[in-house]
Amino acid sequence: MSTFLLTDSPIDPNAYASALRRDEAGGYCSFEGWVRNNSDGQAVLGLDYQAYLPLAEAEALAVLAEAETRFDILAASCIHRIGTLAIGDMAVWIGVSAPHRDAAFTACRFVIDEIKRRVPIWKRERYADGHSEWIACHEVAEIS
Amino acid sequence: MPRLTLEYFALLRDEAGCPQEEIDTSATSLAMLYDELTHRHGFTLPAKRLRVAVNAAFANWDHRPAEGDHVVFIPPVSGG
Repeated sequence: MSTFLLTDSPIDPNAYASALRRDEAGGYCSFEGWVRNNSDGQAVLGLDYQAYLPLAEAEALAVLAEAETRFDILAASCIHRIGTLAIGDMAVWIGVSAPHRDAAFTACRFVIDEIKRRVPIWKRERYADGHSEWIACHEVAEIS
Repeated sequence: MPRLTLEYFALLRDEAGCPQEEIDTSATSLAMLYDELTHRHGFTLPAKRLRVAVNAAFANWDHRPAEGDHVVFIPPVSGG
């Protein structure tokens, strides 16, 4: 059972982490992405995120379902912020439970990489010198 | 001419100057529609860097827009 949440409120992963618990689980792995105060040598004051909600939800759920198919895990969830974030805020949370640690680590890495690569979410960096810029990292590939 | 709803995100939203608009178009493909909008709004991203979605699903550039379609051009993403 996968859960994906896009939220404009601060991320509180506790309830989502608890929901990953299973009697068969030997471990749990999580990743938190935080807003960093610099980017490519420029001082950053904060980030703004936008998302195309219906497609972001569909793509993120597809990523989580793929993780459950490809790796020996029990459950995986993701929360991603939208809106205005300050330095140190949590921008994304991923949690994966699995019988053994290898699959938990691998699947967690897979989910964050795929979320960054193909889910329609965009970040704008606000710099200390007053300008801001939308970051265009990953062209979304055609799915064959 | 079919009436479409266009929703913009990120750089395209800034360049269009609005999050959403309704337009009547004679474009016979989404590629032609993006050309038309590039002239109108001065979009700086070439179509080859974008994908396009119709009614919340990825679509092909040769899709012919139909009355009531909700069209979103997807700039390179940067979540996480």
